[in-house]
Amino acid sequence: MSGDLLPRPSGSPDLGHREVALVDLLDRVLAGGVVIAGELTLSIADVDLVRISLRAMIASVRAAWNEAPP
Amino acid sequence: MTDVNSWVYAIMPAGHPVPAGAGVADEDPRAVTAAGLVAVTGRVPRADFDEEPLRARLEDPAWLERTVRAHHRVVESLERTAPVLPMRFATLYRDDRRVAALLRARAAEFRELLRHVAGCQEWGVKGYATAPPAEPAGAPGRQPAAGGRPGTAYLLRRREQRRSGAEQGEQALRDADEVHRELLGTRTVVDVAGHPLHGSGASGRREPMVLNVACLVARESADAFHRTLAALAARHPSVALEVTGPWPPYSFTATATATTDGAPDGTADAVGEKPAGEEPGGAP
Repeated sequence: MSGDLLPRPSGSPDLGHREVALVDLLDRVLAGGVVIAGELTLSIADVDLVRISLRAMIASVRAAWNEAPP
Repeated sequence: MTDVNSWVYAIMPAGHPVPAGAGVADEDPRAVTAAGLVAVTGRVPRADFDEEPLRARLEDPAWLERTVRAHHRVVESLERTAPVLPMRFATLYRDDRRVAALLRARAAEFRELLRHVAGCQEWGVKGYATAPPAEPAGAPGRQPAAGGRPGTAYLLRRREQRRSGAEQGEQALRDADEVHRELLGTRTVVDVAGHPLHGSGASGRREPMVLNVACLVARESADAFHRTLAALAARHPSVALEVTGPWPPYSFTATATATTDGAPDGTADAVGEKPAGEEPGGAP
């Protein structure tokens, strides 16, 4: 599920690919999908907050990675 | 039976197989049938999957990634053989009986959504502002006067670089807007939904993201859709387009999604400047 760059082919390293895919996955699995609100469901209200903080975490991991000597 | 909850992965029409495979708790997902629909659920231990423990788990990035991927794996395996409505992550019921009650209560709505996505897949289209072109050597007009101090020349050059970078960014935003509009008008695109733009850290690219949308496309139109994307990319060189997918239709599961994000009536002008449109699932 990695991203393909148009028109030139993607040349990112594997780590980058994996994390980019995770960000796209979070857009969908944590923010998409049918939302059921009702007394039958358990309310897990923190999911949206998690998505936002996880994005921040991915960003900081990347920053650390980029700053690290090769 | 009181030590498990029901985690709901997806809803699909009755009569399709539920492939065996590990769910979020390594359990085998099963089918709950009612009103001509199937909800695919997993029996997950309350010790891990109840409101309190789950709040703690959600803060563990490794657990979260593993579980998000497991949820996705199940939805994706269902999507290979049937139209599916993926459920929002962490949709939990006390038991399958309540899941069946949900199917009965909202059958008409689920059928309508299933009709909308039937035969279609979701493709992600992201756009990044491309880097400004390299400063042309000896560009006319902006050179410092002969005899100007080297420091002045440097400052002028830096100012010029910043100016052209900002212009490039503006151009990329306008082009991203145009790409979004053209996608809405593309015959092979059934629906378009917006996602929030990623910060430069999360996207993994230095260039700012200017477009992040999902397109609902019929399976048999996938090749034509990709040709359209290639043509769009060629026409808008200020935006580097990246495509992901195919995905199950995660972004097309809200009854009100139909082309309301970045509507073709000219209200899509802010597409590149703020998170594009509504969260597809709506407010929780």
